[in-house]
Amino acid sequence: MALDNIEKLLEKYFEATTSVEEEKVLRTYFSQDSVAPHLEQYRPMFVFFAEAKKERFTRQVPLKSKTRLYQWISVAAVALLSFSLYFGNEYREQKEAEYAYQETKKAFELLAENFGRGTEKVAYLKEFENAKQKIYNNN
Amino acid sequence: MQQSEFLKIVMPFKDKLYRMAKRLLVSKEEAEDATQEVLLRLWSKNESMDRYKNVEAFAMTMTKNLCLDRLKSKQASNLKLVHSNYQDESRSLQKQIEAEDSVRLMEKIMEGLPEQQKIILQLRDIEQYEFEEICELLNMKPTAVRVNLSRARKTVREALLKKHSYGVG
Repeated sequence: MALDNIEKLLEKYFEATTSVEEEKVLRTYFSQDSVAPHLEQYRPMFVFFAEAKKERFTRQVPLKSKTRLYQWISVAAVALLSFSLYFGNEYREQKEAEYAYQETKKAFELLAENFGRGTEKVAYLKEFENAKQKIYNNN
Repeated sequence: MQQSEFLKIVMPFKDKLYRMAKRLLVSKEEAEDATQEVLLRLWSKNESMDRYKNVEAFAMTMTKNLCLDRLKSKQASNLKLVHSNYQDESRSLQKQIEAEDSVRLMEKIMEGLPEQQKIILQLRDIEQYEFEEICELLNMKPTAVRVNLSRARKTVREALLKKHSYGVG
């Protein structure tokens, strides 16, 4: 590339009238090892433009799947939770009732046992009555 | 739209978004955050994405606006600090200039440009967008884009000249 062409392009470049293609010519020229000494001062500019374009965005962006699946899963989870709360409660009430029933039964058994003892004693009384009747009858 | 389809659309220009964000926000971390946010916003409206005839331009405008918003809120919260930082940096810039390579030097010079010029220079000289694309993207008239671009390039030239003569002398 002829030097005076580069100089012309540079002039246009600073007036912002160069095309993208012409700017590419400039970048190529300044990427060479040797540049005309009086143009050396512009080199950092064009080297930088070429270098700066090499920077990359490397972070992984967590894209959440937007399908309805997640919405349905959360609906199902809420339903399951309230369902289990409700039925869990019912189950617990049933257990409590059973426990109360067992306790009552025990109490009744205790009562019945004591009643039994009472009637045994009454049986002795009956024996005594029988003996008394025999004695009276013999007289 | 499936993830893979979305990635296929976004892949060719995600680096451009990031570079624009980094040009404006300077910090790598913040630029990555901004790019991520833009991509997530695009993803969240991916069903309507077909309606935009130019997704890249749309995404680029989004990135630019998001970064400018962030800069604005940052400057509002610590205007003074930013200013004194800037002075310190320019002083150390003078000292460190010899040691810095052209990339570092140019980054510093570009940091000092007004935002509009920074954006136009980024779009044109780094990403090689055509003028019509830049006009559409920034909602500006072609003459205004050219004037700003010319100013930006000349400012860079002057900064380099100063550095160059300083280096020689």
